[in-house]
Amino acid sequence: MSYFSDIYKGIKTLLTGMSVTGKYFLNSRKGAITQQYPDNRDSLKMFDRFRGEVVMPHDENNEHRCTGCQKCELACPNGSIEIIWDRKVDPETGKKKKMIEKHIYHLGMCTMCGLCIEACPTDAIKWAQNFENSVYDRSYLTRVLNKPGSRLKPGVEE
Amino acid sequence: METTTNNSNFKSEEYFINMGPQHPATHGVLRLLLTIDGEIIKKVEPDLGYIHRSIEKMCERDSYQQIVHLTDRMDYLSSHINNEAVCLTVENALQIEVPDRVKVIRTIIGELTRIASHCLWWGVMGMDVGALTTYFYGFRDREMINDIFEETCGARLTMNYNIPGGLMFDIHPNFVKRVKDFIAHFKTKLPEYDTLLTGNVIFQKRTKGVGILTKEDAISFGASGPVGRASGYSCDVRKHHPYSALDRVTFNEALKTEGDTFARYQVRIQEMWESLSIIEQLIDNIPEGDYKVATNAVIKLPKGEYYQKVETARGELGVYIISTGTKNPYRVKFRSPGFSNLSLLSHIAVGGKIGDLVATMATLDIVVPDIDR
Repeated sequence: MSYFSDIYKGIKTLLTGMSVTGKYFLNSRKGAITQQYPDNRDSLKMFDRFRGEVVMPHDENNEHRCTGCQKCELACPNGSIEIIWDRKVDPETGKKKKMIEKHIYHLGMCTMCGLCIEACPTDAIKWAQNFENSVYDRSYLTRVLNKPGSRLKPGVEE
Repeated sequence: METTTNNSNFKSEEYFINMGPQHPATHGVLRLLLTIDGEIIKKVEPDLGYIHRSIEKMCERDSYQQIVHLTDRMDYLSSHINNEAVCLTVENALQIEVPDRVKVIRTIIGELTRIASHCLWWGVMGMDVGALTTYFYGFRDREMINDIFEETCGARLTMNYNIPGGLMFDIHPNFVKRVKDFIAHFKTKLPEYDTLLTGNVIFQKRTKGVGILTKEDAISFGASGPVGRASGYSCDVRKHHPYSALDRVTFNEALKTEGDTFARYQVRIQEMWESLSIIEQLIDNIPEGDYKVATNAVIKLPKGEYYQKVETARGELGVYIISTGTKNPYRVKFRSPGFSNLSLLSHIAVGGKIGDLVATMATLDIVVPDIDR
């Protein structure tokens, strides 16, 4: 007797579970969360705090805000940031001043911890929301963040 | 078991097979050396080290701010709670009192992390015993939490939102609304979990009476988290040693006495309800104030030894730091919940079938990077 009641109970619990899936099957249009990713690239907007990669914004005069204080280099846990700097004559004051030649960022080593951006006293670097970082060679992941010919924005002090 | 060994026509022979390291049911690169007789398991030996990254040694190289992001990579499903553990240890050592706002936000995000982790576990648990549907339901609800994290912390999994002294930045203006939306959404979805899987007769047959862990064994193996609580061992760090804002909320510790796979399942479902209630108590009155207190750019802990334990989604995580007064710790030791929970697998899986081993492992909820570190 318990054999048949077991069969009945088994079918009943299966149908109970299927009532949930059946409900979603009938309402499949409503509340779908699947994103058609490569097709929705135009409308896809990441959250503004999303950590994609580190970039250095430049203004229209090709000026950045990096003074070369190397605080980001020190804060980085795994050496993703290298700063090559030199003392050069500042054209405005005529004094020698520490200036960056290259702000090198190794995206391939970066763990997106955000400590460099926390450490930056002049907000020279920030997060970009770009996440499509695949390249054919690892060397493309080493990036020089300051653009060629760029210079420090006047008035930015540490 | 007797029938196979005493059958006179066929001689049974013990033999050895590998389960893993690349096996979907081991949830990561864990290798189990099984000695089996037919389908009866005689011996289970976990073989570790396939994803060892020497995080503890790397901590000795890094400054105290830099240690935090390494703990993301241990138990990546409760990364926020891991970060919190390191930050609490450093803050206790420096005797910094963090603002109330920080405590409340840390607790809310910590409980959200726990729900997200249990959602993933629930989906994978169903999948391990043969119900693929649960995977999608669990991930659907986890996705909402991940969106909350992405908007506020900037990352979905390895958030690194805590810093010694507070939080990296303030919560996003949408945070409270999103969390409330999630609570309303999840309260309607959590009963579905029960309808879909808990009452299912196949699931119950697979889990009830399988992998029984007694309370004495749970204590002697150092089990913690839902694994210990399913055996009746009251071991919730949130209850016994409250940290952050957990001393100002009321919640019940989910306890079961059966100690089998089904009890561990029920404890985790119960914990999701409790976490929801903790978030509900806190979300409406997040105190105003600073989101961090200023610390020195170079943090030097006073000479001494410091220990702090927290309750991650898997159990008790302990952080033990020995400082000699320099900017790097002399030694960091993590007491990870996964390691001690895995150690009892070889005890409770013996005598069962291979299918039972998979179901048992699913409710131990192992995250292998947490075991190997």
